[in-house]
Order: sequence, then C-alpha cells, then structure tokens
Amino acid sequence: MISVQNVSKSFTLHNQGAATIPVMQGASLQVAPGECVALVGASGAGKSTLMRMIYGNYLAASGRILIGDVDVVQAEPRTILDLRRNVLGYVSQFLRVVPRVSALDVVAEPLLLTGTPHDTALGRAEALLTRLNIPERLWQLSPTTFSGGEQQRVNIARGFAYDYPALLLDEPTASLDVTNRGVVLDMVMAAKARGTAIVGIFHDDAARDQVCDREIDVAAFTPRAAA
Amino acid sequence: MTPLLQVSDIAKSYGARIGCTDVSFDLYPGEVMGIVGESGSGKSTLLSCLAGHLTPDRGKVRFDTRTNGLRDTVKMSEPERRMLSRTDWAFVHQHARDGLRMNVSAGGNVGERLMAVGARHYGDIRDAATDWLGRVEISADRVDDRPTAFSGGMQQRLQIARNLVTGPRLVFMDEPTGGLDVSVQARLLDLLRGLVREMNLSAIIVTHDLAVVRLLADRLMVMKDGHVVETGLTDQVLDDPQHRYTQLLVSSVLQV
Repeated sequence: MISVQNVSKSFTLHNQGAATIPVMQGASLQVAPGECVALVGASGAGKSTLMRMIYGNYLAASGRILIGDVDVVQAEPRTILDLRRNVLGYVSQFLRVVPRVSALDVVAEPLLLTGTPHDTALGRAEALLTRLNIPERLWQLSPTTFSGGEQQRVNIARGFAYDYPALLLDEPTASLDVTNRGVVLDMVMAAKARGTAIVGIFHDDAARDQVCDREIDVAAFTPRAAA
Repeated sequence: MTPLLQVSDIAKSYGARIGCTDVSFDLYPGEVMGIVGESGSGKSTLLSCLAGHLTPDRGKVRFDTRTNGLRDTVKMSEPERRMLSRTDWAFVHQHARDGLRMNVSAGGNVGERLMAVGARHYGDIRDAATDWLGRVEISADRVDDRPTAFSGGMQQRLQIARNLVTGPRLVFMDEPTGGLDVSVQARLLDLLRGLVREMNLSAIIVTHDLAVVRLLADRLMVMKDGHVVETGLTDQVLDDPQHRYTQLLVSSVLQV
C-alpha cells in the first residue's frame, strides 16, 4: 500500500549562505495493508521528515513514494489533495485549525470532505469524541483553547473520522494519560484489523511493541558526510 | 476532467514596467488557489487580468462556459464577459464598499444581482436575499438596513452574500480578510471554507497573509516582481519552500 523507493532529500537554505544540507539518501520501505511499521531513530535522524515526504508535505529530491498507484513525488497538487481526502490520513503532533470552529466540526470535517451527509458525519464525530473521553461540554468549543492532551485527542479523532486505507501517525500517544493511551492503541489495532497500512512514530516503547509489526531505523538513510 | 479555468502565458505591462508576465496555470472545479507576494509583486494585476477588469497584453484566459465549453474570455465581447461576471463569476473586493451599493438596503444589494440575471418575482427575490443574509450570519431584521449602518465585518459578509447568491462557479477574491479585526477574520475564513465545500466553488484568492492561504487555499502561487517564482500544494510551499524569495517570505512571518 505504501512503498518508498530510494528517496533522498536535502534542504537548501538560500538566505543563510545557500547552505545545502543533505538529510536523507536511499530511503526505502514497504508497508502492506493491515501492517503497522514504526520509524525509529534518534531525534533529528529524519523520522518526521520521511513521514512528511510520504504525506507530500515535503518535496523529495529523488526517488518514488507510491501510495496505491499514485507517486507522491511526481503527482500534481490536485492528485495529492484527492489522495489526502480519500486514501491517506495523517495525525500530526499538533492540531492546526481555523480558530473559533467547534471541536465537533473539526472532527467531522474530513468526513464532510468525502461527501458524507452532515448528520452522519456529526454522529461519527460525537462517537469518537466520547470514545476519547472529551467531555460533552467541550464539544461546541474551539479546540484552540483546550489542554495539550485534549487537543491531541481531538486531532486523533479527526484522523480516525474517515477510514483511510493508509495512515501516518506522528506520536499519537505522546501527551496522553494511561486510559486514553489505551483507547488510542485500540483504535490503531482496529484500523490494522480493517486493513489499514500504517506508518508510525512512537517514542513510547511499550506502545510501539504493542501495535507495530516491524521497526525501520531511519539512521540507515542518513547520508554519510562527504569526506 | 476539464479545468474550469485555463490560463496561459498572461502578461501585462504598464509602459516599461512589468505588471505580471509568463503566468500559466489550470484551475479545476472545487479548487482554491492562493496567490501570495509582497505589495507590487503583480498579484492584483494578475487577478484583474483574470477577472476581465484589465486586458492583458498577451495570453489566454479560457473559462469552461456552461454552454460552449472552453472560451477565451480575453477575446470575448464585452456584453458576454459582463454576463459571465454576473452569473458564473464573482469578485470579492478587499474594501466591501467597492463591491456593494452603499445607499441600497442589504436585501436590495443581494436582490440586485438576482435581478441582473432575470429574477423578477419580488417575494422570491426577498426570500433568497433573506436566506443568504442568514447564511452569512446577518440577522433577518437587518435586511432593510443600508450597508453604511454595518460594521466592516458585516459589510464584508454582505458582499460575499451578494456575490454568491447567483450560484457562481468561480470566485475571485482580493484580500478578502484584509483590514478586518482578527476575530472577525477567523469567522469569515470559516464561513468561506464552508461555502467553498458546500457549493463546490473554485476560487482564486490574492492575499499577503500566509495564515489565510494556509487555511483556505489548496494550492499556492508565489509571485515576485511580476513573475511566478514557486507553485505547489499550499502546505508544501509553506513548510518546504524551495525558492529563495519564498523562504524569505515564510521565515519573515512573526509568530504570535
């Protein structure tokens, strides 16, 4: 479902003396439907960079990133948008939403984008927020005012609102308490059981061992300094 | 799928000065494209050329008309182009007073556009106007007030209602949230996002506010000195800018 083939990436900082920093080279990985692969490696090794390239948020310098049969590296913006609406979900570490939009609407939005009727979408959003223990009195409020853990749970609810065939998770359990961590891991397991291909970053070792089938150390993709 | 708008090689100069040049892109139904750049980068000139307010020196702006398929709007006759701008196109100005008739009631402002496309039944027009005022969150008891009695944010929402009442397919927006209070901006952004989704609108938004395009636009075009220096998916251009100027633009944004 997700196939990364020989991808490289460098950042050129034009306004800082045009320094070019190669950050990744020869990155390759495959994720089958129903499989969860963890990206591991030290901070700064490129886990998030690789994940962002898979989502099309960062441009890869070379190589291929196939989601189904779409090559994210070459695809037109509208193809990537379509992919993100219908195929590829992403739970980022931080919630980024329009201020003053209610939590319920934030969670329902991905469903509305795929043409789900308004009532069904809101029903599903309510169920997810309940499951993630967001108290009902917060549903009509904007998540920008929520605590870190609450924001993260809203973000997770949003990411799981629609059943994407491929899902990227960036530290979904980072700021959660034990109960909610359990709920999120159950949701990840359920997604796997549905056949979702998942790439995840988990700093929580126990969580990683529980949901992931394999680990890929991104340090292997770090370019060696040209000596 | 046919693009709704096919722009090829647009150029416009003011004497020896370049307004904008070598601009080409396709816009598909339901797509929102943002155009960013500093003052004087040519983004408003480009928008005026696209919307038929200025005649470009060269290039084509082909629009997928309902009856005749792709037509070059630059070569169209004036009456044809005006018909388009009353029906399938809408233009939201930065200053609401440029897009509204200030001494006509709110309801009249919305109704006028309907009458321009042939609506004649007073009751229907008034109902449609009231319905649209509701959709942009202006209460029904303000329908007979003039826009002069409205706040800036309300005027802007009224301008949007006036523009969208005829069910256009393509909306041009010039700094739609410029000059508004940030709290009003957020509400307007949410409103626009909802309308774009529900009506499957295509839109071209010119702004210098990167936060606005991040929330509203699917795609981004960055302009400098009349040239397009970078294009791509909005979040990709903002998070991984490739061109020197875009990097400068993105890194210059003040964090709150």
